[in-house]
Amino acid sequence: MSRFKDTDMQAVIGWILRLGVLLSMSIIFIGGIIYLYRHGHIPANYHTFKGVPDFVHSTHGILNGIITLRGRAIIQAGIILLIATPVIRVVFSAIGFILEKDYMYTGITILVLLIITASMLSGHAG
Amino acid sequence: MMSVIIFTLIIFIGAYFAGLLGSLTGLGGGFVIIPLLTLLLKVDIHYAIGASLVSVIATSSGSAAAYVREGITNIRLGMFLEIATTAGAMAGALLAVYIPTNFIAILFGVILITSAVMSLRKKAELIHQEKNLLAEKLKLNGSFPTANGPVAYSVKNVGGGFFMMLFAGVISGLLGIGSGALKVLAMDTIMRIPFKVSTTTSNFMIGVTAAASAVVYLQRGYIDPGLSMPVAIGVLLGALSGSKILVHTTSSGWLRWVFAIVVTFLASQMIYNGFAGKI
Repeated sequence: MSRFKDTDMQAVIGWILRLGVLLSMSIIFIGGIIYLYRHGHIPANYHTFKGVPDFVHSTHGILNGIITLRGRAIIQAGIILLIATPVIRVVFSAIGFILEKDYMYTGITILVLLIITASMLSGHAG
Repeated sequence: MMSVIIFTLIIFIGAYFAGLLGSLTGLGGGFVIIPLLTLLLKVDIHYAIGASLVSVIATSSGSAAAYVREGITNIRLGMFLEIATTAGAMAGALLAVYIPTNFIAILFGVILITSAVMSLRKKAELIHQEKNLLAEKLKLNGSFPTANGPVAYSVKNVGGGFFMMLFAGVISGLLGIGSGALKVLAMDTIMRIPFKVSTTTSNFMIGVTAAASAVVYLQRGYIDPGLSMPVAIGVLLGALSGSKILVHTTSSGWLRWVFAIVVTFLASQMIYNGFAGKI
């Protein structure tokens, strides 16, 4: 195998972003159709903040909701995949920098991943 | 009260135009969608911010995919500055809980006007080639393809740019927007990066920045699936149409003026409602 170059990384990153957006938006769309089919007639109320329903707020609830074909659980799964897409891109950048033997940028990339992880954990605590 | 299906349809159409305008002007869809949701449809601002963030990730990732392949995006520069934007975004998302909603509305209006004014500036393509020690150490200098072959450029004032990115991250996390205009300002004005590179690299960073605050909002219950669905799909489709139109038109000068008037109106409404405590 020839050496991994910046242009290879560009191709991989472009591919991940495209696939992630396409896949997650398709899931959101399918979930949306089910949600509208089942709940389209009830009144919409977003006037006061009351968080989200329990079944879209935990991994367990979302997985359960997907199995039982609950529209909003499927949408939420798609949204989580969409949020994960740029993060997965960062993970692949780290791998790319390792392959390029660019250790400074491997470190910088891992630092970004650590910040996102810290953010995830701090949100959980709050 | 509106039924879910009518509400979804209205949001979808609104989000489509928000995405279209955001893409044509380069300001991003969040700028129109948040006032639309909060002022017109009386949606709680936390839900609006959550839904907007989701749409920001969709559009920036979608367009970044195309730009990265063209080789204009400076991946190392983006990666380095993402330290600042993600840290800022995390701080912004955590701060958002303690800041009254009417202050968020006022801040939104102020940032909106600032961004609109900046987007109207004349952009001169300057290629800075003076050597900078820190930029060289961090391998931030690069080149981008043009019709006459690759053009090399150098990066100036790394520290200043990094600091500005920290601020852009806080704003993005606090308001649920991409804050692309602030990122471009940091790279364009402070770091003297060619406009083509700064816009594509800013776009490349927006997705990661938004993800860093979205993980907080997701757990706080700000991201509602029923609301985010039409917003994300609408804004993404609008942005795609916008990028198709941009390829076929040479001058978007008049469009920028139309958008400037629209955003000034929206911004003043957000500020007014913020001061009146109606948001």
